[in-house]
Formats: sequence, C-alpha cells, structure tokens
Amino acid sequence: MALDVRDGRAERLEDRDVVISVDRLWKVYDPGEQEAREALARGEALEDTSAALRDVSLDVRRGELLVVMGLSGSGKSTLVRCLNGLVAPTAGKARVLDVELPDDGAAGLRRLRPRVGMIFQSFGLLPHRTVLSNVAFGLELRKLSARERDERAAQTLELVGLSGREDSYPEELSGGQQQRVGLARALTLDPDILLMDEPFSALDALIREDLRREILELQERLHKTIVLITHDLADAVALADRIAVVHDGRLLQVGTPAEICFAPAHELIERFVQHVDRLSVVRVEQAVDSQTTDRPVVRVPASAPLGEAVRMLGESDVPALLAVDTDGHGVGVVTASSVMRAMSAPLGAKSTEEPT
Amino acid sequence: MTDAFLGLPQVPLDQWVEDATEWLLANGEGVFDVVSSVIGTVNDKLASALHGSPEWLLVAIVVLLAWEFVGPGGALLTFLALGAIDNLGLWSPMLDTLALTLTSALLALAIAEPVGVWAGLRRRREESLRPVLDFMQTMPPYVYLIPAVMFFGLGAVPAVVSTVIFATAPAIRLTALGLRQVPPQMVEVGMAFSATRWQMLRKVQLPLALPSILAGVNQCIMLSLSMVIIASLIGAKGLGENIIFAITQVQVGAGLVGGLAVVMLAIILDRITHGMGLRPLERRRRVRLWKSPLSALVRAIKGLATHARHSGGLPVTPRRAA
Repeated sequence: MALDVRDGRAERLEDRDVVISVDRLWKVYDPGEQEAREALARGEALEDTSAALRDVSLDVRRGELLVVMGLSGSGKSTLVRCLNGLVAPTAGKARVLDVELPDDGAAGLRRLRPRVGMIFQSFGLLPHRTVLSNVAFGLELRKLSARERDERAAQTLELVGLSGREDSYPEELSGGQQQRVGLARALTLDPDILLMDEPFSALDALIREDLRREILELQERLHKTIVLITHDLADAVALADRIAVVHDGRLLQVGTPAEICFAPAHELIERFVQHVDRLSVVRVEQAVDSQTTDRPVVRVPASAPLGEAVRMLGESDVPALLAVDTDGHGVGVVTASSVMRAMSAPLGAKSTEEPT
Repeated sequence: MTDAFLGLPQVPLDQWVEDATEWLLANGEGVFDVVSSVIGTVNDKLASALHGSPEWLLVAIVVLLAWEFVGPGGALLTFLALGAIDNLGLWSPMLDTLALTLTSALLALAIAEPVGVWAGLRRRREESLRPVLDFMQTMPPYVYLIPAVMFFGLGAVPAVVSTVIFATAPAIRLTALGLRQVPPQMVEVGMAFSATRWQMLRKVQLPLALPSILAGVNQCIMLSLSMVIIASLIGAKGLGENIIFAITQVQVGAGLVGGLAVVMLAIILDRITHGMGLRPLERRRRVRLWKSPLSALVRAIKGLATHARHSGGLPVTPRRAA
C-alpha cells in the first residue's frame, strides 16, 4: 500500500465493518434479461450482451464516502440503484446493512429503504408540495403525526441552511437550494446510508463547489456511509475516500483518489486523469521532507491538498511549513523544493515515511 | 344490394342492433329501473335545491368561486353574465340546464376517474380501451338519443344517460394521460422512500397528474353542457327547450338569446373549473389569493383554529395526513 497515505484515515476505515457488500452483481435490462439469467445460472460467460453491470463486486465500510465514477451509460446509476432495490439484479447478491438483496424480497426492502436515503440528479422534488412538506415526505409515508414530522423537517432544513424557506415551492428556489431540499429530505429519516445520484450535475460550477463543500462539512458531523455517483473527476477527487471507476458495466478500479490518479489500472482511467490537477489530488504529507530537523512555526494539516500548502507558502512568506496530523503532531516539513519534487515525480514511485 | 365492392350481400347490422335492443328491453327491465330512479332522484334533488335557493345566494356563491379560482376580473364577468341571464328571463331554464349538466358530469366523472386511473397505470390497458373511447367520442351524439328514449322514455333520465356516454371518454383519456406523464423519476422517488402502492398513487402520481385530470373534468362539464342542450330533443328541460322551441317557430331572436345564455353559462363553468386545475404556485401568482374574499375567510378560520390550539382553548381534532 505504498500509495495509501491519507493520514491513516484509510487504515482506520479498513477496521470498520462492511455495511455494503456487492457480490458478483449482474444486470441485463429487458429484452433479454431472462435469457441472460439462465445463461449465467449455467455458468456461461456473457460477453456479447449489452449488460448494464458485469460481475461487479465491491465493499463499502461504515462512514466511508465512496464515489462511483463513470461516463453516462457506464452502469454507475444501475449499480447504485441495486443498493436500495430500485433495480433488481439479474444475478449476484448485495448485502446492504443487514438486508440481503434480492433474497429478503419485498419485506427486506421495506426494512431497508427507510435506512437508505437517496438524492436525485434533477432533485426529484414534488412540485405541488412546499419545501417543508417535501422534506417531511419520507416521515409522512411512515405515518408520523403532522406536528412531529413538521418539527423534524424544520430541523433538517436548518441543517442544510434553508430555514425561512419552509413555505416556498420548489420552483421558487435556485438549483442549489433545491438540491439542498433533496438532501434534507433524505436526511430527515436519519438514514445510515446516503445514495447520491449525480447530485451536482444539474448545478452551475460555483454552486456545485459550495454544495460539495457543504456535503463534506455535513459528513464531518454526521459520518454517514455515502455512495455518490458522478461523471466528474473533480467531484470525485474532492469528495471521495475511495473512487470506484465503472465502464461498460465493469468495475475497472477501486482506490483512493491518489491511486486512481497516479496508478491508473486501465488505459481508460489514464485518459480520464491525464489532466487532473495534482495540487488537489496530492496530499501535503506526500510532499514532506522528513529528513530536516527544522521546526517551522506555520502549520498545515498533513491531510490537506497540496494546493493548500502552496498557497500558505506563497502568502506567509516563510521558507517552510510544518505538516501536522490530526492530533497536532508534526509529520515533516514542507518546503518549496519538496513541493516541486512531489509535483514532478510519478507518485507511484515515491515512498512515504511514517510519521515519527 | 349485391353491388357492394366485395360482391357480398349487405350485413344486416341495423337489424341485429334492433334485435339486441328488443332483447334488452324484454330482459333488462330491472336494471333500467334502478338506473332510472337513481339518475332521476339525483337530478330532481339538485334541480329543486337550485330552484329553492334565493337568487342572490346562488349569484354570491358562483361569484365568490370565480373570484377564488379566476380572480377579481373573472368574478366581475361572472356577475355580469349571471345578471344578463336573469335579465333575459332565462334564470329558471338556466337552473334546469345547470342541474342536468352537473348530474351528468358527476355521473360521468364517477365512471371516468376510476377507469382513467386504472387505464393510466398500464400502457396496455389504455391501448385496449382506446377503440371503445373512440367509438363513444366520435359517434354523432344524436345517435345516443334513440336507444336512450327506448330504454328510459322521455325526460331528464335519457338525457343524462346519453350525455354521460358522450362526456365520459375525454375525462378517461385525460386522466390516463396525466398518469402516464408522471415522470418516472418521481415514481422512483416514491419507491426510494418506500411508498406503498396506495401511497404512491395518492401522494405522487395523482397530485402530479392533477392538472391533466382537472382538464378532463373541465372537458367533461363542457361536453355535458352541450349534450344537455341537444337532449332537449328528447324532452330534457332547460335552455335547450327554449332553443328547440325557437327553431320550430323560426324565431331568430329567441334562438339567439337562448344560445347566448348557454354560451355565458359555458364560460362561467369553464373558467372556474380551469382555474381549479392550476398549481398552487401558479394560482398564487395569477389570482392573488390574498385579495380573494373566500380565501381570506378560510385563512381567518384556520388562524382562529391555530390560535385556539396554541392557547389550549378549543379541542381541535388532529390534522389528518394531507
């Protein structure tokens, strides 16, 4: 694991329990699903069919933010819809929380869905309902009293910064606000897992960045398990603990943003990442010089993107920064030359020293 | 008649229909009696309620409804139209026509809405229903009058029956269309939040289909009105009677006056039911609800209820799921 350097966060993830486990999942849409199912049951290889998912296996751990990335038509949205039973797989299994899909059937789905929130690409807000009543939708279906659901919905609206817009209708809000209503609607049920289907793709670039930041901040507080779909590498790099790249229904690679960007396992991913902004993918700790004994005063979090260190070096007029881990211990020194080394060296080749 | 282009003898379809009618008349008497008494009762009650109400009260109710759903301009127009009908001496026949129209439309909608929902949920169902709907809608409406008279005699009942057949089809179509046009994503939203089939229908599909459903209601009422006028040929009371009388006497003026009253009634009914189909937000924009007396009244009552609940005064029944 030479590349796994995200301040031990990934290691800690590995100790957590697996909450989503996808096992050899296949999906072939009709026409042809029945034939495909029979062929798979006989153990035949399905090469020529246009399967939306081919033999996908994947684990997601509690509290992880997994980004499923792929072009349109790659099967990423089918994969995510298999996780709350909106799509029934042709073959294979998925265990989500304690529900086995598809074995636990309709009863399993009834048990599962309240614990899996979902937000949608074009928001999916009901136009005839006010913002508050949209957010309360899930609670209403669970037959909570009007007073209780309005209270809880109002609280969640506050969480996403939309207090005061309770009585507006969705079309009166901007795209970013509408998606935050969608987020609030998913959060009111306090789900363990959040599925986000291209949550940013209907938004302008600036709004998109705001919402991205907001989701990260919320995640810091709420620690949900999130599976997020995107076709945008910048989204993936900014948000993901791990990225799963899907193409033509196949899972090409799963790894940290750095692994995906600097050790792409497939030619297609290489093309995907060739123009990636290294300053946002490389972490500060990958650019430290741990040989020096200097102790600079200006500190930078070791897990921050390298761009942060570059900005601080430029602004603070000091020759070096002290990279610190989450407990405040120094893990090394960042200088202009160590930054340049990290930017130019192929990262797969660079080994990182353990913090002392 | 063997010179038909296929060289086949003519199929005696008309004879078959007459035989079938004879058979129905001989064997279905009980059914026709029940239908007849139900329709007769509804229409009579409605008509006597309208005739029994003071004129000013009816005008006030309709004008307030127009204000609520169309706006202040619509309310003024409605007031003037009702005044004109009264002034032309057509108030009483107008009430008869209105009673027949509402009876027919209510009955037609009672059939059309469940069928429309049933058909709208599956494409196959709607396709299988389409030939029947085409038949009902394109058959010249006068044709319905003949069997209606044979089964139900003359008067309000056969008028309502033939009107219902004529006015049901578009309401079914528009209801089914509305349901089919619900975006699949919205159904997915309902599923993701584990809506039951009933919840899906009630809280997602029907509300999203509502504008189209209400367009169907509007069509149904409009067609009922036009058919109720035609049905005066078989003894339906109301404005149609005046018009038929004017035709037989070749009185241009009386005919036009009766026709104008129909037009004004039609416009009032159309604008109000159209306004009911607007989404709350659209309505808020167009109608300026805060100026509508009816809304103000409703708001005042709601405000009082909230006040009472908060101060713990009046016991208020828990609000039901909207």
